[in-house]
Amino acid sequence: MTTLQRKTHSRSARLTGRFTTALIAAAVMGASAQVLAQDNDPIKVGILHSLSGTMAISETVLKDTVEMLIEQQNEAGGLLGRQLEAVVVDPASNWPLFAERARELLAQHEVDVVFGNWTSVSRKAVLPVFEELNGLLFYPVQYEGEESSENVFYTGAAPNQQAIPAVEYLINEVGIERFALVGTDYVYPRTTNRILEAFLKDEHGIADEDIMVNYTPFGHSDWQNIVSEIRRFGEEGKPTAVISTINGDANVPFYTELSNQGVDAGDIPVIAFSVGEQELTGIDTGPLVGHLAAWNYFMSVDTDENYDFIDAWIDYTGDEDAVTNDPMEAHYIGFNMWAEAVRKAGTTDVDAVKDAIIGVTVPNLTGGYAAMMPNHHITKPVLIGEIQDNGQFDVVWQTPSTVAGDAWSDYLPGSRDLIADWRAPMRCGNFNVVNGSCGGSTAAEEAEAALAE
Amino acid sequence: MRRFLSLGLLCLLLLGITVTAQAQTDSTADTTDDPAALELLEALDASSYPAKSAAIVAILQSDDKRARDWLQSLLDGRLQRADDGRFVVVLDNSGREWPVADALTGDPLGEMSRRDLDRIGINNALRNQLRSAIAVVDLYSPDVERRRTSATRLLGEVDDELAEPLSELIAEEEDAQVQRRLTQALAIYQVENGQLEGVETLRGSLHPRVRVALSRAANGDDPIIADAANEALVSIEQNLKINRGLETLYFGLSLGSVLVLAAIGLAITFGVMGVINMAHGELMMLGAYTTWAMQQLLPGQPGLALLLSIPAGFMVAALAGIAIERGVIQFLKGRPLETLLATFGISLILQQLVRTGISPLNRTVITPEWMSGSLVVNDALSLTLNRMYVLGFALVVFASLMLIMRRTRLGLEVRAVTQNRAMARSMGIRATRVDIMTFALGSGVAGLAGVALSQLTNVGPNLGQNYIIDSFMVVVFGGVGNLWGTLVAGLSLGVINQVLEPWAGAVLAKIIVLVFIILFIQKRPRGLFPQKGRAAEG
Repeated sequence: MTTLQRKTHSRSARLTGRFTTALIAAAVMGASAQVLAQDNDPIKVGILHSLSGTMAISETVLKDTVEMLIEQQNEAGGLLGRQLEAVVVDPASNWPLFAERARELLAQHEVDVVFGNWTSVSRKAVLPVFEELNGLLFYPVQYEGEESSENVFYTGAAPNQQAIPAVEYLINEVGIERFALVGTDYVYPRTTNRILEAFLKDEHGIADEDIMVNYTPFGHSDWQNIVSEIRRFGEEGKPTAVISTINGDANVPFYTELSNQGVDAGDIPVIAFSVGEQELTGIDTGPLVGHLAAWNYFMSVDTDENYDFIDAWIDYTGDEDAVTNDPMEAHYIGFNMWAEAVRKAGTTDVDAVKDAIIGVTVPNLTGGYAAMMPNHHITKPVLIGEIQDNGQFDVVWQTPSTVAGDAWSDYLPGSRDLIADWRAPMRCGNFNVVNGSCGGSTAAEEAEAALAE
Repeated sequence: MRRFLSLGLLCLLLLGITVTAQAQTDSTADTTDDPAALELLEALDASSYPAKSAAIVAILQSDDKRARDWLQSLLDGRLQRADDGRFVVVLDNSGREWPVADALTGDPLGEMSRRDLDRIGINNALRNQLRSAIAVVDLYSPDVERRRTSATRLLGEVDDELAEPLSELIAEEEDAQVQRRLTQALAIYQVENGQLEGVETLRGSLHPRVRVALSRAANGDDPIIADAANEALVSIEQNLKINRGLETLYFGLSLGSVLVLAAIGLAITFGVMGVINMAHGELMMLGAYTTWAMQQLLPGQPGLALLLSIPAGFMVAALAGIAIERGVIQFLKGRPLETLLATFGISLILQQLVRTGISPLNRTVITPEWMSGSLVVNDALSLTLNRMYVLGFALVVFASLMLIMRRTRLGLEVRAVTQNRAMARSMGIRATRVDIMTFALGSGVAGLAGVALSQLTNVGPNLGQNYIIDSFMVVVFGGVGNLWGTLVAGLSLGVINQVLEPWAGAVLAKIIVLVFIILFIQKRPRGLFPQKGRAAEG
């Protein structure tokens, strides 16, 4: 347009033309400067872990872990030439508050990825927020399965990577015939115990009277009656074990009561799915030696990667007695997978990263590799450890190879026909292979149901 | 155990061959001048648990004097192998560098990194085997305590090989307790092998392992034994029922004592003074944190620190109480709603202060040695010690409060001021001073409750919140203004809760208790022990 003006009109017009060119040039330069500035803006990493309340015992270290990983990544030159920046919020062990804080992270701080949550009820609460605002959530804790969201990556164990192998170990290696299922009263223990009951009855023919189920509220502190009931349950002639899905700080009085009442691991072993090294700090584990936990990582694992991670953690916290645990490893794997996917996609754009991350394989801390599966779960080895007197676990059994996480349990009716595959063209979290249809997202209803409990 | 022993001989032959082969290839192992002992330990460092089990049997059958020590350190997870092939015993396995000693000679070897040490791992099955093996060795020990533990351990663990020397040992034994236990152990073996006399010996014993053996016999093939076992079981069951009742009562009293402790301070500030103090729970939390702070100040002496925190916790909470009374409550006299809101605010402030000032995480309060474990009454009934101390403590606190209220001048003045403030003042009682003292007393008692709770539950910023509702419940149920009411209400609510819990579950039991109290208050709005006379009308 400027050339046209120059051809036909007077000097004043030419002057205006030049002015316009300059303006356009300035505008272009300004825009590119803005693009440049955006490129140099830090990548924002949201951290959504309770720093207070009953879950703080478990979740605070996970916040520190992500901060350490960010620091390490920045020291190594950042990601895509940009620095990473942590955005920390505190949902205070308050499940509805998790959803508000998640919204704050995604809408207000516009974070590129979120690492967070521990309890399943808090995850259910944030699901609709992440799906609505198209965020990325890396969830690092073992959980009950029966879920696969487009926006969530489950780096902790699904039931087939923890609960089921643990029960098989008890039956096949220890010879247990009676089970007491003891848990905190919320969605994870209830669903896990439902799967386990079905599994024990259908696959191993365990009778009804050989299964005892007990639920207690969060933060329960008076365990006398329950522990003595367990003791009696175990004194009826058949080898008995306790499967504990007790969460948070209620574990401290539970284990204290176990040792006070002299429940010995040789007689009635307790296998826990939510008790790691972190929860055991502060308990005298002398009387608890031999009680079990099933995880995919233990601090005592004898590999160089693990010792390097522990050393880095001790240096980062400045605490010579700092411990590492399974969900920390899950964050380690999840963070590296996300970084790898961002590198692969060349951007932090959520949709691009979601597609790029499937199939990404990174080393874990137990000497193997973890791969992201199309159902947003990862491959993990399953380890059974026995508590030692120094608060550590000693691995007594492990699966020969890694196990891929199964979003939908094979032991529940209704769930065994479902699969999840987030690759094109299926892109579905609950595809029914029998009638060939996709159920679609039920995040909103699930969140409502979980919070109503 | 018996499987392992009989298997042992066979494995010993096989092992002997592999171990010698290994010893020849292992050059570093030549440095020792004790090849036989080294062989025994080398066998322990096998990859499979059955092989380790056989190696334990081999050690047991060797005449080596160090056998018991090796087995014990293996049991404790302290027997480890260094990268250079030496066997060491880890003396302290905390931190990254561990002091170690040579397993063969016992010489200290300085510190080693945990990276260079490989533990000889054991599992629960091996642990059971080791305990039984050590128990067999200990049967011949001159130490009575060791013989007692070992005899108890051997219940249900006796095999053919052990049965023969056992009868002799029983005859020679001087200690009655050991003798009784060994007789029972032998009787279980007899029942398992179809001898009727065993059942007779076991009749009346409450030990769980005896019950397990009899239950198995009752379901066995031999009808004569099964009938006898069934009969013995019936009488045992009856005896057990009584013990279970006693146990539930103890659990209830123990829970009740916690409720009483939590509520008794409130019974003074709310019941006697009429101040609704929502920060009462946080005063308890301060007491619990005082215990923690004391233990930090006196490392290595948790017991002494706990005893010192009794006066310290009282003082800290009482001072905080005075500050609350002077700073807020005195300006809100006669305005209960405002007092409630203001003290609720204070409770939030105190919680947040602890969160930011100390940590949002729970603090670890160590339970002293003399408070852990349980007091064994008989084989079926043992009372946990920490709760027994708390129960006793609650009663002592209650008794001293009663004394203060009934027998001291302060108590007299408090009662006078609460009954008729104006009249008391005209008699020359300084009502303001009495207010301060009463509130300090109630708060101090809350601090004492905190000290006791630190032994039972988690010490964290939320500690108070978990008890504030229960405390008000107890005070209202017992009758506002009546200390006896609080005691009776607390203990009975505890017992009701524990009686309900086994069949209703923890969650439902709580709900039932709450509903019960609501209905009760509908019927008797003034609680169990209502205040009588004109004071009650005011």
